[in-house]
Amino acid sequence: MSITLKDFTQYAPRSSRKLLDDIALTVEDRSFVALVGPSGAGKTTLLRAIAGLSSHSEGTLLIDGIPIHDRPVQDRGIGFVFQNYALFRHMTVARNIAFGLDVLPRSRRPDPASIQHRVTELLDLIQLPHLAKAYPDQLSGGQRQRVALARALATGPRLLLLDEPFGALDPLVRRDIRRWLRDLHERMNLTTILVTHDHEEAMDVADTLVVMQEGRIVQAADSATLNATPATPFVMEFLGETLKFPGILKAGRFIPDNQDVAPFPFEGIDGRATVLIRPHKVALVALTGNASVERRPDSPNGLFRYRVLTNSGDFEVTSPTQLSSEELQNVHIQISRGKVFYEP
Amino acid sequence: MNDQPSKTISILLTLLSYGAVVLLIVLPVVLILHEALRQGVHAALETLKDPEARSAIRLTVYVTALVTVINTAGGIAAAWTLTKYDFRGSRFLVSLIELPISVSPVIAGLIWLLLFGRQGWWGTWLAHHGVHIAFAVPGIVLATLFVTFPYVTRTLMPYMEQQGRATEEAAFLLGAGFWRTLIRVTLPDAGWALLSGILLTTARAMGEFGAVAVISGHIPGVTETMPLHIETLYNGYQSVAAFAMAALLVLFAMTTVLIRMFLERSFRKQHL
Repeated sequence: MSITLKDFTQYAPRSSRKLLDDIALTVEDRSFVALVGPSGAGKTTLLRAIAGLSSHSEGTLLIDGIPIHDRPVQDRGIGFVFQNYALFRHMTVARNIAFGLDVLPRSRRPDPASIQHRVTELLDLIQLPHLAKAYPDQLSGGQRQRVALARALATGPRLLLLDEPFGALDPLVRRDIRRWLRDLHERMNLTTILVTHDHEEAMDVADTLVVMQEGRIVQAADSATLNATPATPFVMEFLGETLKFPGILKAGRFIPDNQDVAPFPFEGIDGRATVLIRPHKVALVALTGNASVERRPDSPNGLFRYRVLTNSGDFEVTSPTQLSSEELQNVHIQISRGKVFYEP
Repeated sequence: MNDQPSKTISILLTLLSYGAVVLLIVLPVVLILHEALRQGVHAALETLKDPEARSAIRLTVYVTALVTVINTAGGIAAAWTLTKYDFRGSRFLVSLIELPISVSPVIAGLIWLLLFGRQGWWGTWLAHHGVHIAFAVPGIVLATLFVTFPYVTRTLMPYMEQQGRATEEAAFLLGAGFWRTLIRVTLPDAGWALLSGILLTTARAMGEFGAVAVISGHIPGVTETMPLHIETLYNGYQSVAAFAMAALLVLFAMTTVLIRMFLERSFRKQHL
C-alpha cells in the first residue's frame, strides 16, 4: 500500500502552532519505514495523520492514490498499534483480537467459527496460544504488545502502523520482537511504518529512515545514505555519537579553532564552518603535536577508548587497535574524515 | 523510629468509627423499624394497603425509574463530551453540572415553580394548551431530574478521563462506529463506575423531598411521593403508617446499596 503526503501541514487544536510543517513524503508499497527523531519532533503526529486520526490539517494525504477520508474506516486496510497498546481491558485476549471482525457489517462478517479459527491462527502467530482466555491486565508488556499487534492484523490490513512498539520492553525482548516483526512484514507483504526515538533500532529493522525535527522531515533515506551524506548536522548527531570541531574555511583549507587539531584541505566557500566526526574516525598521529592521550579502562564492543586532552577541551575517541605508550605522547589530531557543515 | 500508630490508638479509632456507624446509621434504621412494628407486622402492612399509600409508592417507583433512565443517558452523554472533547467553556460546564449538589433542593423546586407554576413565566401559556407541569407528575419528574443529574456524570468522569482516547481510537480504527464503540468499549470498561452512578441516582431519586415538596403541591393520592406521604402521615399523627412507609423506603434504599456492594464484589473478582 503506497502513501503520499504533499504540502501536509497540521495545526495544534485551537491554535496556529504547526505540529507538522509542510510534510512531503512518499512511502512505497511493501516498504518498511521508520519515523525517527527526538521527542516532540512530530513522529507520532505524522503516524496518526496517516492513520486518519487527525483533524486540523491541510494538504494532501493519499493512500493508494485516494484521499484517506474518502474511504470508510473498514475499507482502509490499516492496522494500528498504539504506544500503550490500548487493549480493551474488559475483554479477553481472544475477544480483543476478534474485535475488528466482530464489528464488521453483518454482510461481510465471517461466521463465529471462522472468527474463532482466525483468532487461533493469530494466537499461534504471536506465540501465545495458551492466553486466549486471559485478560490484558494479566499479561506482561511484551505479551500485551503482541496481542495488540494480533488485534491490528486480524482484519488483514496491508498497512501496519506502529507507535513506539518496543518502547516499554526490555532489551532482549525488544530484539526478538524486532526480528519477528521484520519477518512478519516480509511474510504478509505489509507496508509498515513505525515510530521510534531509537536510531539503532530504526536502522536495524527499517529500509528507510525518515528523520524528523520540529515537525519537519529533515531527511528520508536508507541508513547507508544517511551515514554517508547526512543532510544536516542534526541528522548526523541524531544517528550516532558525534564530535564537533568548529573552525573556519579559508583558501581551500579547513582550519579548526582548536590548535591541536590539524587543518586539512577542503574546497568550499570561505567562512565559519563546523566539522562533525564520529569518534572512531578521528586519527591520532603521535609525536607531531601537543595533545596528550589517556587510555580509558573499558573497551566496549572490542573498541579501545581514549581520552584526548587538548588546550581547548577534552573529548573521547575510539580505536580498533590498541595504541602503544609512545603513541600517546605529543599527539596530533586529524579529522579530515569528518563532514564539513557551513554555519548558518 | 516507629511511625505506626500505637495499638491502643488504632483500637480506639476502630471503636470510634463503629460507634459512629451504629449511632448515626444503624440506630435510626432500627428505630424506624421499631416504630413501624409497634402495633405488629399486620398493622404495619395494613397501613401500606391504603389507597393514598399505594399511590405514593407507585408514583415513587415510576418517577425513580423514569429519572434513572433519563439521567443515565444524559449523564453518559455529558461525561463523554466533557472528558473526550476539549472545547471552549468545557470547564465551566463541569462546575455547572455540580450545581444541583450545592444548591438546596427547595430552590430547585422554586425555579421550576417560577417557570411552570400558574403565575410562572410559561405557566399560563402551558395551562392554556392543556399541559400541566407544576402540581403534577411532570413537575415532580423535572425536579427529581435536576436534583439527581450530577451523579452519573460525576462518577463516570474521573474514570473516562483516566481511560483516555486511545482505546476508542483503537476501536474506531478497527472499524467500530460511534455507537458500537460506546456500547462495546467505553461503557463496559467504565462498567463499575457507571453502575455506581446509576444506583446513586436511583437512591437519591427515591428519597428526594425538598424539590418535589415545592413543585408537587402535596396532593395526597395524586402528587405525593413516598417521602412526602411520610411527612403527611406523620403530621397527621399516624405514626405507625408513617414509619411503615419510612421502613419501606429504607428497604428500597438498602436494596440499591446491597446491589451496589454485590456488583462491586463480582466486578472485582472478574478483574483480579
